[in-house]
Amino acid sequence: MAEDRHVAVLVVGGGPSGLACAASLAGSCEVLVVEREQRAGGIPRHSDHTGYGLRDRRRLMRGPAYAEAWRTAALDAGAELLEGAMVTGWTGDREVSVTSPAGRFRVGADAVVLATGVRERPRSARRIPGDRPDGVLTTGQLQNLVHLRHHEVGHAAVVVGGELVSWSAVLTLREAGCRTVAMVTPYAKAEAYALFRWAGRAALRVPVVGHSDVVRIEGRVRVRSVVVRDRATGVETTVACDTVVTTGDWIPDHELARSRGLELDPGTRGPAVDAALRTDAPGVFAVGNLLHPADTADVAALDGAHVVAAVRDWLDRGGTRRGVRIAAEPPLRWVSPQYVEPGGEPPARERLLSWTDTLVRRPVVEALQDGRVVGRCRTWWPAAPGRVFRIPSGILDDVDATRGEVTVRLRS
Amino acid sequence: MTYDVAVIGAGIVGSAIARGLAGSELSVALVEARSDVGDGTSKANTAILHTGFDASPGTLESRLVARGYHLLGEYAEATGIPVERTGAVLVAWNDEELAVLPGLKEKAEANGYHACAIVDADEVYGLVPALAPGARGGLRVPGEAIICTWTTNLALATDARRRGAALLTDHRVESVTVGDGSRAAVTEGATVLHTTRGDIAATWVVNAAGLGADQLDAAFGHRRFTVTPRRGELFVFDKLARPMVPLIVLPVPSSRGKGVLVSPTIYGNVMLGPTAEDLTDRTATGTSEAGFEFLWEKGRALMPQLLEEEVTASYAGLRAAIDRPDYLVDLDPEQRYVLVGGIRSTGLTSGMAVAEHVLELLTEAGLDCSPRADLPPPPRMPNLGEAGIRPYQDDARIAADPAYGTVVCFCERVTAGEIRDALASNLPPADLDGLRRRTRAMNGRCQGFYCGAAVTACLEQGAVPEEVAGRG
Repeated sequence: MAEDRHVAVLVVGGGPSGLACAASLAGSCEVLVVEREQRAGGIPRHSDHTGYGLRDRRRLMRGPAYAEAWRTAALDAGAELLEGAMVTGWTGDREVSVTSPAGRFRVGADAVVLATGVRERPRSARRIPGDRPDGVLTTGQLQNLVHLRHHEVGHAAVVVGGELVSWSAVLTLREAGCRTVAMVTPYAKAEAYALFRWAGRAALRVPVVGHSDVVRIEGRVRVRSVVVRDRATGVETTVACDTVVTTGDWIPDHELARSRGLELDPGTRGPAVDAALRTDAPGVFAVGNLLHPADTADVAALDGAHVVAAVRDWLDRGGTRRGVRIAAEPPLRWVSPQYVEPGGEPPARERLLSWTDTLVRRPVVEALQDGRVVGRCRTWWPAAPGRVFRIPSGILDDVDATRGEVTVRLRS
Repeated sequence: MTYDVAVIGAGIVGSAIARGLAGSELSVALVEARSDVGDGTSKANTAILHTGFDASPGTLESRLVARGYHLLGEYAEATGIPVERTGAVLVAWNDEELAVLPGLKEKAEANGYHACAIVDADEVYGLVPALAPGARGGLRVPGEAIICTWTTNLALATDARRRGAALLTDHRVESVTVGDGSRAAVTEGATVLHTTRGDIAATWVVNAAGLGADQLDAAFGHRRFTVTPRRGELFVFDKLARPMVPLIVLPVPSSRGKGVLVSPTIYGNVMLGPTAEDLTDRTATGTSEAGFEFLWEKGRALMPQLLEEEVTASYAGLRAAIDRPDYLVDLDPEQRYVLVGGIRSTGLTSGMAVAEHVLELLTEAGLDCSPRADLPPPPRMPNLGEAGIRPYQDDARIAADPAYGTVVCFCERVTAGEIRDALASNLPPADLDGLRRRTRAMNGRCQGFYCGAAVTACLEQGAVPEEVAGRG
């Protein structure tokens, strides 16, 4: 292996969260970002529609411009950006091996920030049986094909899933001249935002098939149809189409987190972190949608800025993960961060992030410690499946640091 | 022209036979209905290099699997076909299965395999700690190994081609005019294969048509056997599951077939399957809800922890089961026709031995199959296996050619150099699946989320575009 390098901070992954972290840190120490794609920017690079940048850059932008803005910000701040280079594994506690066209080498760092992002579960991971024809894609592949390679897709698509990203897929399909003939979601409604439900029906004219699953894909060479089954009645309907897009159902790209032996949260499948985004390995941090699959890009980027305090603290004093364990109770699937220190620094934007499997329109959120309610709040926004549900972290203010695990639950 | 021999079917068996024949002075055509070699039954099997311990003693299958095990093992060394000698353990879950083990050991010995050992439950859990509770004991078969079935087929077909065989893909044989053996004129007396791309004349014909072997046999006027497509569905689990399965975990065979196994794959994944379902449709390679449910139940019983991991891929393969308990290899001297039928999943292991056997039969029938002097060396195949050094890990290789330092498919760590090489190879892919079988690109956990568009662009341009290759 080529000669080792040592940097103060190594950021693995150059999407919004990694780049934002680099942009915030590079003024005060040496930061190296390693990105395996040929150009940094992450998923927004190929999401060529508006909706980006509201919370972090304070303006509404299209995905590619947003990705490019963070890339420029990191470079302008003085971060070094190594694109087309892949971290392939760990060679030490805070040392990794990298493969790049310039050769293989090891990078050691005082602090490592994992920003490896998320991917959508493809058809195989959802265990949808049937034929294996061409024309079955994830949103990621669809948008790469359409926006980065100007490739044709089909004429009639079935979109599987009803998350925010599902609507992103619909927009991309429309731009590629492909009609969405059905959006099939297991939930009662096409969740995400009411705005999209309205827009979906009125402007995009997407027929939403709720409470249903795609149970078979048919077609020998190219997709010919899918079979949709209603969860309540069991009735099956065949829908003719030539394209199937499996959207959302995100899973963190957590291979490095797992191979480093980090404690993972069974709900998110990403590293379990404290409010300052420290993992259980000293000097190893995690940010972005690796932690909360999947929130919007701006929230991921705000993690990148939020982690800076803990990284500096580690570099100066060596602080490690702290706090009381926070767990989610169904219908909440997960809550992030997983450790919060009573009286300590709050999480990013003073929000706990969580994911619900059922719709609660006017939710009351409760925090329980040792069977006792220690915090309660009502949110003026619904807890809706298909997008992250944000909980004010103030409900944890009265948690006792000396007592046991805290459970967060939903009441209507 | 009239070929001396036409081999129909470019799966593992047909490719091995064509390779063997092309090593002589004979002119050989390898005739394939599909667009690529190994695109039928050969691409979707359990990818195990079998010792033959559980074959029926005395059968042709038993002899050829045992012989093929050594032939393919040596050939893999020479060509770089990835093999991992993991060994296997058959696990008994009840008294009945436990009672079967001594008989299996004796059977192995009757097949000439003497390394089997009966082990107790503790030893079973020592080998596979992640196994579900309740195992009673097992039989170790240390010689069983995992192998890359795709590379095996490609190596044999590439070798056949380099030795001078003509590879005729997209030539589906639709009917046959059987020759009478006279030598009056160039094509007279030869058998003519009427294909979707024109006629092919050959003095001898070898039928290695797999699922279509009985229909082709009927075109020669025989009614000897029927192929029943037996569908086997499989799940491939994420690489993160691989440490749970250090060796092949086999069920104790019962009257209901071999059952479901859990095996590491040569690509570093874990495989669960196959189902066994007799069908009538010879093209039904789709997966089914019932098959998935069955596998999930089996997985839960065998290794519940495995189901916590993500499924990377699922697929279905068809095995060419026939209505006889053995391979059916028969030479008809009148028609100058050789049937190679009923080569079920063991054909991956036995293929080279089947080829050797067919060459012996042809030699006995008077055809000079002796090797010629100027044979090219066997091809050196790209390493798709996790046990060896892959290009992305190879400092010297990246230094010599930076294209091996640009990772295009992140999940499987396939580099621009490997994709370029596959597209420029002696046997280039015909479609995306062909490129996947040659490189592993897009076969990983994201199934193309990240790299699908880039890999598609490579295939469509027949080369790696600059923006994919990077700035190396």
